Amino acid sequence: MAGDSPLRTPPKVAAPVVRPRARGAAAGAVSTDVRIRAEHVSVSYGDRRAIEDVTIDIHDRAVTAIIGPSGCGKSTLLRAFNRMNDLIPSARSTGRVEMDGVDVLGRNIDIVRLRRRVGMVFQKPNAFPMSIYENIAYGPRQHGQKRRARLDEIVESTLRRAALWDDVDDRLGASAVGLSGGQQQRLCIARALAVEPHVLLMDEPCSALDPIATLKIEDLMRDLARELTIVIVTHNMQQAARVSDYTAFMLAGEERIGRLVEFGLTDVLYTTPSDARTEEYITGRFG
Amino acid sequence: MIATSSRNRRRRKAIDTLATAGIIGAGAGAIVPLFAILIFLLLKGLPALNLQLFTQNPGPTGVAGGGIQNSIVGTAVLMALSLAIGLPFAIATGVYLAEYGRGRVGFVVRFLVDVLAGIPSITIGLFVYTVVVLRMGTFSALAGGLALALIMVPIISRVTEEMLLLVPQTMREASYALGVPKWRTVLTIVVPAARSGIMTGVILASARAAGEAAPLLFTSLGNNFRSTSITSPIDALPLRIFTYATGPFAYQHAQAWAASFILVAFVLVLSVSGRLLLLRGRR
Repeated sequence: MAGDSPLRTPPKVAAPVVRPRARGAAAGAVSTDVRIRAEHVSVSYGDRRAIEDVTIDIHDRAVTAIIGPSGCGKSTLLRAFNRMNDLIPSARSTGRVEMDGVDVLGRNIDIVRLRRRVGMVFQKPNAFPMSIYENIAYGPRQHGQKRRARLDEIVESTLRRAALWDDVDDRLGASAVGLSGGQQQRLCIARALAVEPHVLLMDEPCSALDPIATLKIEDLMRDLARELTIVIVTHNMQQAARVSDYTAFMLAGEERIGRLVEFGLTDVLYTTPSDARTEEYITGRFG
Repeated sequence: MIATSSRNRRRRKAIDTLATAGIIGAGAGAIVPLFAILIFLLLKGLPALNLQLFTQNPGPTGVAGGGIQNSIVGTAVLMALSLAIGLPFAIATGVYLAEYGRGRVGFVVRFLVDVLAGIPSITIGLFVYTVVVLRMGTFSALAGGLALALIMVPIISRVTEEMLLLVPQTMREASYALGVPKWRTVLTIVVPAARSGIMTGVILASARAAGEAAPLLFTSLGNNFRSTSITSPIDALPLRIFTYATGPFAYQHAQAWAASFILVAFVLVLSVSGRLLLLRGRR
């Protein structure tokens, strides 16, 4: 981890003011510090443009939901924040994604370091085929943490944060693949938390889960949003309304290029959308 | 319109029965040779088996008795040598093909590996003879091990490639998302996840190489005495079978059958354990 990396550990610009959070309360109750500022972001896969000219502010210590019908580029936008789009050789991104004063899309960004800072949870629980303990310890170990005692601490504290400790504390050595879907997904969240990210990206984290497991994950997201920034992509409008402080609505038109239609406080967007298409979508007239 | 005449229906049923019977017959026909070989081995090889075979070297030619300990030890040494030489290359090639070999270079490498797999084993023996035996000035276990390694490498690399590709992409993504570089992800997540499949490939390739006589003819040559030196000629079960089966004496023929029995039993155990491992890994 070279100290001169463009993505150096931040002297935090301004200590974010922790305001008391009250769901459904007035706009002022929600954090307004910007953690990620995306400006005119476009992503193409080969000749096909997936999203175009998306400008959005992701607020610190808040949950931002990205909603919209299939194929509107929600996941593509999410994956621009931790450069996961780079895994697709034909993907090209333009625009700026500013985080801690650096452009994340820049050429000389240390992607490995970026991804430590911006964790990700995927649609399907993807626990590694190893023990529960090893799943959590994997990230810190790869980043050089060798002390067993410290790893033990990390495993316990992250499992507690992910509300999974009580389910598994007696079988940390058991295979993670034996856990239920919901438990595996919470394990994946814990695994992401173990490298202490500042931002957690969640790509439809509940779409493979039953309603009760979904509820647990949503509760967890609310808890985690007290300490970190969460961006969630979801198909489920009710879910977005339940968990998020801010909502972004994306839509792809005839030419199948995803654009941001409306972005704002969830309470405002759901009650008084300013764009007719947003209203049509959230009232279930299409999508 | 919809109602079919019963005559038509009976005809269709008859054709169906006939076709089914034909297919079952063909399937049965395909496994007849396998069982014929196994039965032959049991009939001819089992009676010739005795403890002496495992504890003694061949006696003077023409004198009945003696054993094939030299061949059994030789095959073990050759297996160990060929794995030691071939395994690192084979696994590395498989990892390259699965994880990095996307473009033109990958295509060429994959093609060459397939070509290598198709080269007749006697040709491989001839090649090793030219580049190793002639240069060292002697037949050796090392040359034999190298020849067998060349037979194993393409099998193991392709199996490794396929097994790595079976590891879900989401597993890799999970690791990348934790800020782990690709090469470490491959080493710490992907390869371990494919471990049992790769082991299966290794075992099956070993079984294949253990039964080869042709590439050993002018590399390890054969040896009437037990040897474990890698720079001396060494015996092997297939070589012993070849020598004895074409020899003039009845005791040689009997021992050739016994050696065949031992070899097939060894290969069968390897293959079956390989398949079992694969089944267990899939679950």
